[in-house]
Amino acid sequence: MSRLMMGLVGMLAAPMALASKWNMPVGVTETSREVYDLHMLIFWICVVIGVGVFGVMFYSVFAHRKSKGAKPADFHESTTVEIIWTVIPFVILIAMAIPAAGTLMRMEDVSGSEMTVKITGYQWLWEYEYLDSDVHFYSRLAPSSDAARQLDSGIDPATVDNYLLEVDNRLVLPVDTKIRFLLTANDVLHAWWVPDLALKKDAVPGFVREIWTKIDEPGVYRGQCAELCGRDHGFMPIVVEALPKDEYEQWVASYGSESMTDAVVDAGTPAATAPTTGPGALYTDKESAVDSDDSEASAETSGETEVAQADASSKPAAADTASGDISKATLMADGEKVYAQNCAACHQPSGKGMEMANFPALIGSPIVTGDPATQIKQVLKGKAAMPPFAYLTDQQIASVVTYTRNSWGNDSGVVQPAAVKAQR
Amino acid sequence: MSHAADHHDDHHHGPATLSDGFGKWAMRWISTTNHKDLGTLYLWFSFLMFFVGGAMALVIRAELFQPGMQFVDPEFFNQMTAMHALIMIFGAVMPGFVGLANWMIPMMIGCSDLALPRVNNWGFWILPFAFTILISTLFVPGGAPAAGWTMYPPLSLQTSNAFPMLIFAIHLMGISSITGAINVVVTILNMRAPGMTLLKMPLFVWTWLITAYLLIAVMPVLAGAVTMLLTDKYFATSFFSAAGGGDPVMFQHIFWFFGHPEVYILILPAFGIVSTIIPTFARKQLFGYDSMVYATASIAFLSFIVWAHHMFTAGMPIAAELFFMFSTMLIAVPTGVKVFNWVATMWRGSMTFETPMLFAIAFVFLFTIGGFSGLMLAIAPVDFQYHDTYFVVAHFHYVLVPGAIFAIMGGVYYWLPKWSGVMYNETAGKWHFWLTTIFVNVTFFPMHFSGLAGMPRRIPDYAVQFADFNMIASVGAFGFGFSQFIFLWIVIQACRRKGEAATARVWEGAHGLEWTVPSPAPYHTFETPPVVSDAEVTAVHDEPAHA
Amino acid sequence: MATHAAIEDQYFVPAPSWWPFALTAALFVLVHGIVGYLNGTGFGTIPSIVGVIGVITMVVVWFRGVIAESEGGLYGAQVDRTYRWAMGWFIFSEVMFFAAFFGALFYARMYSLPWLGGDLPATNEVLWSGFEFTWPSNGPAALGGAFETIPAWGIPFLNTCLLVASGVTFEAAHHALKEDKRGRTLAFMVATIALGAIFLFYQAEEYVEAYSHLNLTLGSGIYGSTFFMLTGFHGMHVTLGVIMLTVVTVRIAFGHFTTDRHFAFEAVGWYWHFVDVVWIGLFIFVYVV
Ligand code: HEA
Ligand code: HEA
Ligand code: HEC
Ligand code: CUA
Ligand SMILES: [Cu+2]
Repeated sequence: MSRLMMGLVGMLAAPMALASKWNMPVGVTETSREVYDLHMLIFWICVVIGVGVFGVMFYSVFAHRKSKGAKPADFHESTTVEIIWTVIPFVILIAMAIPAAGTLMRMEDVSGSEMTVKITGYQWLWEYEYLDSDVHFYSRLAPSSDAARQLDSGIDPATVDNYLLEVDNRLVLPVDTKIRFLLTANDVLHAWWVPDLALKKDAVPGFVREIWTKIDEPGVYRGQCAELCGRDHGFMPIVVEALPKDEYEQWVASYGSESMTDAVVDAGTPAATAPTTGPGALYTDKESAVDSDDSEASAETSGETEVAQADASSKPAAADTASGDISKATLMADGEKVYAQNCAACHQPSGKGMEMANFPALIGSPIVTGDPATQIKQVLKGKAAMPPFAYLTDQQIASVVTYTRNSWGNDSGVVQPAAVKAQR
Repeated sequence: MSHAADHHDDHHHGPATLSDGFGKWAMRWISTTNHKDLGTLYLWFSFLMFFVGGAMALVIRAELFQPGMQFVDPEFFNQMTAMHALIMIFGAVMPGFVGLANWMIPMMIGCSDLALPRVNNWGFWILPFAFTILISTLFVPGGAPAAGWTMYPPLSLQTSNAFPMLIFAIHLMGISSITGAINVVVTILNMRAPGMTLLKMPLFVWTWLITAYLLIAVMPVLAGAVTMLLTDKYFATSFFSAAGGGDPVMFQHIFWFFGHPEVYILILPAFGIVSTIIPTFARKQLFGYDSMVYATASIAFLSFIVWAHHMFTAGMPIAAELFFMFSTMLIAVPTGVKVFNWVATMWRGSMTFETPMLFAIAFVFLFTIGGFSGLMLAIAPVDFQYHDTYFVVAHFHYVLVPGAIFAIMGGVYYWLPKWSGVMYNETAGKWHFWLTTIFVNVTFFPMHFSGLAGMPRRIPDYAVQFADFNMIASVGAFGFGFSQFIFLWIVIQACRRKGEAATARVWEGAHGLEWTVPSPAPYHTFETPPVVSDAEVTAVHDEPAHA
Repeated sequence: MATHAAIEDQYFVPAPSWWPFALTAALFVLVHGIVGYLNGTGFGTIPSIVGVIGVITMVVVWFRGVIAESEGGLYGAQVDRTYRWAMGWFIFSEVMFFAAFFGALFYARMYSLPWLGGDLPATNEVLWSGFEFTWPSNGPAALGGAFETIPAWGIPFLNTCLLVASGVTFEAAHHALKEDKRGRTLAFMVATIALGAIFLFYQAEEYVEAYSHLNLTLGSGIYGSTFFMLTGFHGMHVTLGVIMLTVVTVRIAFGHFTTDRHFAFEAVGWYWHFVDVVWIGLFIFVYVV
């Protein structure tokens, strides 16, 4: 029990000391601060009640024991007492409910927003569309984290900047602006959550939820998908980069006509498009107990080093390439893995698809048995409910395409990475 | 009737044991209609499932020991999470309580058996079959269900071959629970010995009566929900698909209409057990008996109108969010009444601290901590931050493990001498208690912190800043798990009748009809209704018994 | 002890019995059959058939046993009360099962469809532009294509009359039984069964019509889903009810039951009335409104 006490004491001391590690972040919006205050209010009320109740109980445990010769009293009911300890908690609850209701109503009020971003969850990436400009891109786990998080990758997560909390393309937003988000999902439920904004809402396929935020301070704020969405639920982070308004405008302008796939293929942060004004170079994380030196390095490196790492992870294939084409066996073996990780959720391990969800079967599909170029294009660019997979390497795409073309009875030939590269 | 005549036999010769030959012995357990036999079967089944579900938890904790993926594929991790919860809830806790109900309710209200003994047998034997189906999903193509125990669509519809097995296993468990619950209700309403009026019933009986009503009301709703999942996947319906006019969130509403009362199903019998143990070892009558009954009933009633507190982030009209926030907070009132009554029962008692009492006190302490975090979760705007993080995981393990599981363990220690006729090993019991209590906190307390700091639940890998707390939790989990072997050993010793003979009363302060029969309780008790004396059911006993 | 007739002071505790275990085993086999069928593993047919036969056999065996015990006078008044309570709460659990599906219907009509149709403006604008809330509906994607519904005041209304009438004939049979008029009891029971059977016949015809002419199927969005699931489960309950009615009728013909002890008969009646009430709910909420 002493250990528990230590824990308890630790929790009490928490808000003062290692805030971000022990407690909820205060965050950078008015809402998040309100939420934090509410959290602490309820917490302290519970502590006080707890100390009272447990105090009486443990006093009794120590004082009223038989070994000390305590004789049992014989009282066993009192309506007055029952009424008192019904009414008092009730009053306390009302005292909690009033501020809670106020905060809740403010959080739900999306009126007066100045810009809108549509967010769509996919298995397992996010799509961002800025409805007031033509900024539009996909955002997924940064390659460095992705390499490290593979089973037995041999990479120590501690060596990876912002392990699991970094993306290839960050969501760049202006500060001091009421931003409305339209949240939906493409396949299954996801939830978009950034603790520093105190913003969490489920993304429900077929429905749109409206939420809003108004960020006070520039910085990088990290979050994660917070609704179980299948195999890689743990690997679809969210990174918001809040810029001063003018820099944000600049960013939008420089984003320009760049097409979304190119942005993805670059596998760089948005900063890569405007390297000199890149936010990573200017701001560091608000709340990051462990890695305070993060964003600078990661923003810079995510373009190059991490891609290199990803390449390194496909070493065996590289050896094959040296001697010309990759063997079918290698492609099939790699393809099976790529398929299991990226495609099986929808098209099923059996390749039969899911009729109900309109995920077509790949067995005998005209696209899989027809011209490889069509299929490569579909995998690169996505189509309708199917997300684009351009972030996969040429080799990975070649393997998975080969795999689908030669599994479950399909027999439609081999595709080499060069063919994919040609179609990028 | 020849069947009825057989009954004669076992009455005279006692039930078959292994020495009568394996076949006879097996047939005894397969065909038994005796509430004590079935209670034993339920309890052993529950224990087995506790280990299986616990082993899965250990897989989870092993993978989460440090950041990075070390042991399992993420998909398998998700399978473990879902199966762990399903097995613990439907396989360990619920059958555990039903086992205790089987053993104790007839002995507490003075009747010969449950009202429908054959149905009782059916209710039990469904379970091994249902769990065989559920657990065998681990070996089918595509693996076990991996969409959490909550089975939210559309994700759950992506389950491959395991899907129909999951659904039918749940249907079978539902049948088992409903038959069991009807049996309990009928037994309590119809079989009480003369003089055992409703307001003289032990609280364990009361809480079970109310639990049984919850079960009858919500298990069919769960059956309906999973049936809709089944037809959505295989028969083209669109209950949970917007394209056809349905809504994935609709599943959540139906599921939690079941699910929230379900969590009280997992705690009300525990309240009953604790309300039985504390007065015994405080040697003082339970404080506020009537208010305990009303509080239990209020909790049960409220449990039907709070379900959407699990869905604050799913998106609801603001009025609904406010309503569910307020109604959820209200549950703290009757629960508080219970906690205060327990404390008042201890107050100025004459307490001793045998193992059952230790578990009961730890229950009051730790369950209340879980209740406090529940109250924090009830505050909708803050729940947006807590939801789907380890803070929630910490909350529900506090109410489930040192809540439900501790109560079951306490109950087992409390009644084991009555069942087996021998005292368990008290030293071993104390070791078991202290190790369990320390480790349960080492396991689950840090989860509050990692949750608040932002660690989502249901993830196989996490950012490095959560590493410390996860490492502590994993150490705790293994410690907790291995401590349970002490418990296993204690129970086996008792079953082998190793130990000091127990008196009929067993505990000095115990009162109630179950203590008026010898220990071990004969195979048949109260074939003719006993005389219920007020002294027995309401007053404290001062005749000396096992000290 | 248990061999004595009508023991009033001792509750009947049945001897050990293998029926429940065998019933469960049969269910287990059946589940494997259905799973095999749904998963297309080609393993389904044989276990399904074996399972169904097993389940039916075991239900028959079990109920025959219960009937024999009852007729053997083993059930005292307390056992009678047990069965009453048990049947009552069993029916309550059935009510809750239907409640889940009614809940789905109400939710779709009151929330999800209006939201899709513009009550959640963003949903309507961004995802399903142009979709308007109507009922019946197969959703914004018009799943299953255009369909027509079955008009309430045709067969469904007739069916309502049939079921209500069957409730009345059942009560008439009950009165006759209480007055020990076996002939009249039988006649009314046959009428009840016939009404139930005709109901089922029309219901089947309605399904055929829906599938073959109206393009109304299980796949017709939320309307088709709720329509067929509600009426389908109700239909299954009517079927079960008719079977149970038949069983008690046969028992009456065999001279079972007395004027004051005939709970099996009453239980079937409760069940039948429950099926009746559910239908009225269905008629109102599925067909009329
Ligand atoms: C035994 C099971 C059990 C019990 C008893 C409870 C009890 C409570 N639970 Fe918990 N809960 C679960 C099991 C349980 N829960 C599970 C399994 C989940 C997660 C499911 C999943 O998602 O997988 C969950 C999740 C859960 C959520 C959803 C969180 C989320 O996903 O975002 C919420 C939100 O409101 C909640 C609230 C409560 C409340 C208010 C109580 C109350 O009943 C607690 C009342 C008790 C007290 C408050 C303490 C004693 C009272 C006093 C001493 C009186 C004075 C006190 C005050 C006035 C403060 N629970
Ligand atoms: C009554 C219910 C109950 C109980 C008793 C437990 C007990 C435990 N649970 Fe819990 N758990 C849930 C109900 C329960 N759980 C629920 C509902 C969820 C949510 C699931 C979801 O998200 O869908 C959950 C989720 C859950 C998670 C989160 C997973 C995730 O989000 O991905 C974790 C992580 O640590 C966890 C851990 C534990 C541990 C360490 C125990 C320990 O108490 C277990 C103790 C261990 C043992 C008893 C093991 C003994 C066995 C051995 C030592 C090995 C020998 C083995 C054999 C012989 C087979 N559980
Ligand atoms: C989120 C779900 C999802 C994932 C993941 C996914 N797909 Fe698809 N896929 C779809 C959908 C939906 C379509 C149908 C698109 C359309 O035609 O409207 C499709 C179509 C296809 C087709 C064309 C089939 C046909 O006959 O029309 C191919 C080939 C294909 N996918 C391959 C893949 C490969 C390879 C991967 C993995 C790298 C993959 N898919 C991952 C959803 C998905
Ligand atoms: Cu997306 Cu979890
Ligand atoms: Cu709840």
